[in-house]
Amino acid sequence: MKPPAFDYSRPETLEEAVGLLAELSSGGKVLAGGQSLLPILSMRLAAPEHLVDINRIAELDTISAGPDGVRLGALARHAAVERDPAVRSTQPLIPAALRQVAHPTIRNRGTTLGSIVHADPSGEMPAVLALLGGSVTAVSARGRRTISAAEFFLGPLESALGPDEIAVEAYFPALAVRSGTAFAEVSRRHGDYAVCGVAALVSVDQERRITSARAGYLSIASTPLVLDLTEAVLGRRCADDLSAAGRLARQLVEPDADIHASADYRRDLAGVLSDRVITEAARAAAGSGPGD
Amino acid sequence: MTEQLHEVGLTVNGAAYQAEVPARRLLSDFLRHDLRLTGTHVGCEHGVCGACTVLVDGVPMRSCLLLAVSVQGQHVTTVEGLAAPDGTLSAVQRAFQECHGLQCGFCTAGFLTTITAGLRQNPEPTIEQAREMIGGNLCRCTGYQNIVAAVLRAAEIGGGDAGGE
Amino acid sequence: MQVGSSYLGEPIARVEDPRLLTGGGRYLDDLGQDAVELAVLRSPHAHARILDIDVSGAIDVPGLLAIYTYDDLSGPLAEPLPLLIPHPSISAGRTQYVLAKDEVNYVGEAIAVVVAENRYLAEDAAERIEVSYELLPPVVGLVAAREAQQLVHRDVEGNVAAHFVQQVGDAAAAIAAAPHRLSLELSVERSASTPLEGRGVLARWDTDSQRLRVWTSTQTATGVRAAIAARLGLDLGSVEVITPDVGGGFGVKIVHPWPEEVLVPMAARALGRAVKFTEDRREHFISSAHERAQLHEVEVGFDDEGHLLGLSVRFWHDNGAYLPYGLIVPIITSTQLLGPYKPAAYRVEFESLYTNTVIVTPYRGAGRPQGVFAMERTMDAIAAELGIDRAEVRARNFIQPEEMPYDHGLIFQDGRPLVYDSGDFPATLDKLKALVGWDEWPAYQAQARASGRKVGLGLACYVEGTGVGPYEGGHVQIETTGKVKVSTGLTSQGQGHQTAFAQIVADELGVAISDIEVVTGDTRRFPYAVGTFASRAAVMSGSAIALAARAARAKILRVAADALEAAAEDLEIVDGMVRVKGAPGNEIALGTVAVLSNPLRYAFDEASKAATQFAVGDPDLPPVAEDDEPGLEGKDYYSPLRSTFANGMHAVIVETDPDTAEVAILRYCVVHDCGTLINPRIVEGQIHGGVAQGVAGALYERMAYDESGQLQNASFMDFLMPYVSEVPERIEIDHLETRSPLNPLGIKGAGEAGVIPGAAVFASAISDAEGFQITAMPISPSELFELRRQHAANAAQKGTQP
Ligand SMILES: Cc1cc2nc3c(=O)[nH]c(=O)nc-3n(C[C@H](O)[C@H](O)[C@H](O)COP(=O)(O)OP(=O)(O)OC[C@H]3O[C@@H](n4cnc5c(N)ncnc54)[C@H](O)[C@@H]3O)c2cc1C
Ligand code: FES
Ligand code: FES
Repeated sequence: MKPPAFDYSRPETLEEAVGLLAELSSGGKVLAGGQSLLPILSMRLAAPEHLVDINRIAELDTISAGPDGVRLGALARHAAVERDPAVRSTQPLIPAALRQVAHPTIRNRGTTLGSIVHADPSGEMPAVLALLGGSVTAVSARGRRTISAAEFFLGPLESALGPDEIAVEAYFPALAVRSGTAFAEVSRRHGDYAVCGVAALVSVDQERRITSARAGYLSIASTPLVLDLTEAVLGRRCADDLSAAGRLARQLVEPDADIHASADYRRDLAGVLSDRVITEAARAAAGSGPGD
Repeated sequence: MTEQLHEVGLTVNGAAYQAEVPARRLLSDFLRHDLRLTGTHVGCEHGVCGACTVLVDGVPMRSCLLLAVSVQGQHVTTVEGLAAPDGTLSAVQRAFQECHGLQCGFCTAGFLTTITAGLRQNPEPTIEQAREMIGGNLCRCTGYQNIVAAVLRAAEIGGGDAGGE
Repeated sequence: MQVGSSYLGEPIARVEDPRLLTGGGRYLDDLGQDAVELAVLRSPHAHARILDIDVSGAIDVPGLLAIYTYDDLSGPLAEPLPLLIPHPSISAGRTQYVLAKDEVNYVGEAIAVVVAENRYLAEDAAERIEVSYELLPPVVGLVAAREAQQLVHRDVEGNVAAHFVQQVGDAAAAIAAAPHRLSLELSVERSASTPLEGRGVLARWDTDSQRLRVWTSTQTATGVRAAIAARLGLDLGSVEVITPDVGGGFGVKIVHPWPEEVLVPMAARALGRAVKFTEDRREHFISSAHERAQLHEVEVGFDDEGHLLGLSVRFWHDNGAYLPYGLIVPIITSTQLLGPYKPAAYRVEFESLYTNTVIVTPYRGAGRPQGVFAMERTMDAIAAELGIDRAEVRARNFIQPEEMPYDHGLIFQDGRPLVYDSGDFPATLDKLKALVGWDEWPAYQAQARASGRKVGLGLACYVEGTGVGPYEGGHVQIETTGKVKVSTGLTSQGQGHQTAFAQIVADELGVAISDIEVVTGDTRRFPYAVGTFASRAAVMSGSAIALAARAARAKILRVAADALEAAAEDLEIVDGMVRVKGAPGNEIALGTVAVLSNPLRYAFDEASKAATQFAVGDPDLPPVAEDDEPGLEGKDYYSPLRSTFANGMHAVIVETDPDTAEVAILRYCVVHDCGTLINPRIVEGQIHGGVAQGVAGALYERMAYDESGQLQNASFMDFLMPYVSEVPERIEIDHLETRSPLNPLGIKGAGEAGVIPGAAVFASAISDAEGFQITAMPISPSELFELRRQHAANAAQKGTQP
């Protein structure tokens, strides 16, 4: 289990990196934290010609959180994002989900943007980005563009990013007033990719009645799946029975079986976890902002 | 067609090294076979077992998931760097012996580095925090009972000084 | 504690640790930094004929030194590997070639090896070798093997490698006549030892002396040595095998020779370079042995009180593509299934079947987890059928302490009668019931149920034959420095042998632990040995070393008696000094005794002057008496008549999530009897590790083969070896020490105990929580979810039927 040979560059600026990728056309591959890429290389499941290591590009090492949301540069490591107090207060779903990404040691190196670009349907952060309606900004020699989450995830391990593009920023909208989020997953071992995971975003009105309830699912479809469950719980409060959300989710999901779970079990988990996170998010929404 | 070599300069356990390596050389292999610091072990080479964990600028990372070239200019601490220069075992090492925290010893280096960094961050862990601290490392021999005990014991005898640098 | 007075039974810290804790361990891949490296091209198909191997694409890989395929082998190297443990029941024993000859029978089977300057380059070259195959239909799983629509080996009908029957009394008649009868189908899936360090071999051929030195990560250095000598056509005396630090074994490393254990030395000799093979994790999954897969059909007849009147078990054992290790695993199941019980009549029959999957050889527990699962599920079923307490049904069937030694009338895995030497099963059960709070359980469970929780208590009992023969030896030598050198031939994989054996010697010789050095698994130091398996090291080598130390002690006292002009009986050894009891000052250091034991002509240092020819000896006698030898050493072997039998009982309390079907472990209790404890801390460590593997085998680990014979989870990502988060927070242990009468120390083995009742005890607890019987292990939340639906549907159907 040793990687095949490849060429390697360690650019210090974004411009340089983008130039290199343009030159390499489709033979280049970005190396960020390497926590997904290196296992793939060591198992010889991929053989890129040239790795462009972006770890020296200081301008990509950014985490910012403001009124409109959270912006993460390509070198924002999971661990740093998870610990950032401004991120937590702007969008608490981010650290809640990050705590379920792998183990702390992996999070020390892996980047949040990398896990989004990697587009693993079992990844937590793609589902979070999709649920929140965030976006990814990419730069290439051709220019800069911003891709909405809805258009970013094309299939398992397949994103809308071109081979010459570097994702430079992920944008997550801030938590709105009278809104709450929650995250839950079931994995076989603590720290594993989830058998099923659900993130929820719930908004309430001044009477703390639910006005919107949406959920993002991982390990349920070939891309992060976002479901609008509002109709099941519209007008209810967090203390009410919200299990209609889970029932609706069970109807809407079409999961596959694998060695860890049957399709029906996954479907049921999607329901069970939807109930849990919708309730928790509704509670958080009710407890937040004016109207209390 | 022979492989192109790349310059890498880094510090390992306080000693500076300058080397030329192929880009694909894993940090784990670089430490073990180029520097012959064989205390770092590899149990899976895909990031799951944690046996290869070293500290990079004091932060635990999987050395099997890092390219040696990528660690340019950084400080690496391996198990060989945990004891004091005079050979006195660090608190974590002593606690492992006292608590019988190792059997075959193959996983041990990864636990020691992880716990060393963990105790620096949290010098007085509860039992739950101790379990969390070692939650990403596999051991096939001990059933973890005595490793958890060793974390708590190390906190007790270390008084916050986990050793290693 | 007085130094040297009593180490036996003390939980002293391990002498191995300081080295291992500082990165000073020397595991296989830490050695031979100058060696070139070998990579193996393995079959991607489960069953195929090899039509052609084209290496031309690999030739120009830089650093390539050699490529070998079957066609490059000759003589004994070109013959199939040995069937290590023949048995009369084996009708079609097949073993693999070191490199596939013209057919491959599992994904992972070695086809070619590449030697290059390093492993990266060797893998580059291996990747460029083109093999063309004609695909053959694969046989995967026991059901397919038994149906035998397809055959693994063309000439092995029904895929049957062996058919085995053993019985005492007429079980069929007893069952037919019994007032109550039950039949059960019970199955266990594949798992594997999975040590954290894979296999590895390093060989150096010395052209000058024409000798081969091999280091290998093995559980049997002597076995590998003999195999290499035979395959390479070398005299045994020209081959040395050394076991370095070994990163865990758990059974898989007892198999020998692995193809690489012969190919690496072969390449080293051919190339005149040190050659090394370090198995990677993926290779370990697809080319090192698995175990556990068995289907069982149990029929049992019992009376109103639950006494076993007749027990009949048929089972099918998946032995994988080849049978290098014979029938050890299923034979152990067939005999150890009986546990602490004494059915009035017993019949067991099994077939060992070929499948197109990795070979099966013992993994810690070796057939016992399956046997205990079958027996204990049966006990729970009887209890449920009769409405009797589960512990009570078991107790009624126990062999009683006064019945020891107890002869089952069967033949065990070592070819000897299955006779239990010792054990007090009622006492063990009493201890366990007290530990777990058995009698308070019904109230606790009722209370939990009332609040919507599902909790269950499981119980499982086992007996484990440990310390099987044929023998081990020990050598103890006192050097003139007073240091004691101890060696034994079997190997260590983390069991703390250096500490435990030093404790034995320290007590026998009255020396400090720090003065003792123990070497294991080095054929240069001790060439006769069997190996480390079946929880035998402490029993076998521990006993042999004790005997060797006693021989050395006798000589010490004899030589010292001469020097001190006292009778040997009046001497004692304390803290490295031999002294006359009750006569302080009248003493002599052990080192000096060692000097005196070796009459010298030449004085090479100050101490040795005392032993030169003008200093010692009776001029009228030969310097070395006719029946004596120079030097202060003792060597002895221990070869018991039969195995010792350890036993234990485990209880677990689980809580199953009503929604997600996840299983949480609330408590895990162990009562364990392995006779005399040499070092309780080491024994507890063994139990902890075993229990973790038991949890793994019950709830997490399995080999997930698809129909085409691809192993779908050949990585630590998907083969779910537990992290700390999956093992119980505390393992509560109580010991019982009934000494074995069979050996000088009263020891019974402890190495495998923790894992044995794992599947059984969890199945029992989950059944208790869920209210339906679990019959297949391991069990995942997804499977438990499906079972719940099935039972709910069945119940609903029953409800609607009039
Ligand atoms: C044992 C283990 C367990 C794990 N468990 C989980 C888990 O439970 N959940 C989870 O979500 N993840 C898990 N991961 C993966 C981890 O989160 C990774 O950090 C993450 O998926 C990838 O981030 P990275 O920075 O390491 O990216 P890399 O590994 O460096 O890159 C991954 C892919 O994205 C591309 N890429 C990365 N960054 C960019 C960029 N800025 N621009 C363009 N392309 C880019 C790379 O070219 C590559 O194709 C696990 C990993 C391991 C080893
Ligand atoms: S070897 Fe690096 S995590 Fe296993
Ligand atoms: S001590 Fe052997 S793997 Fe941990």
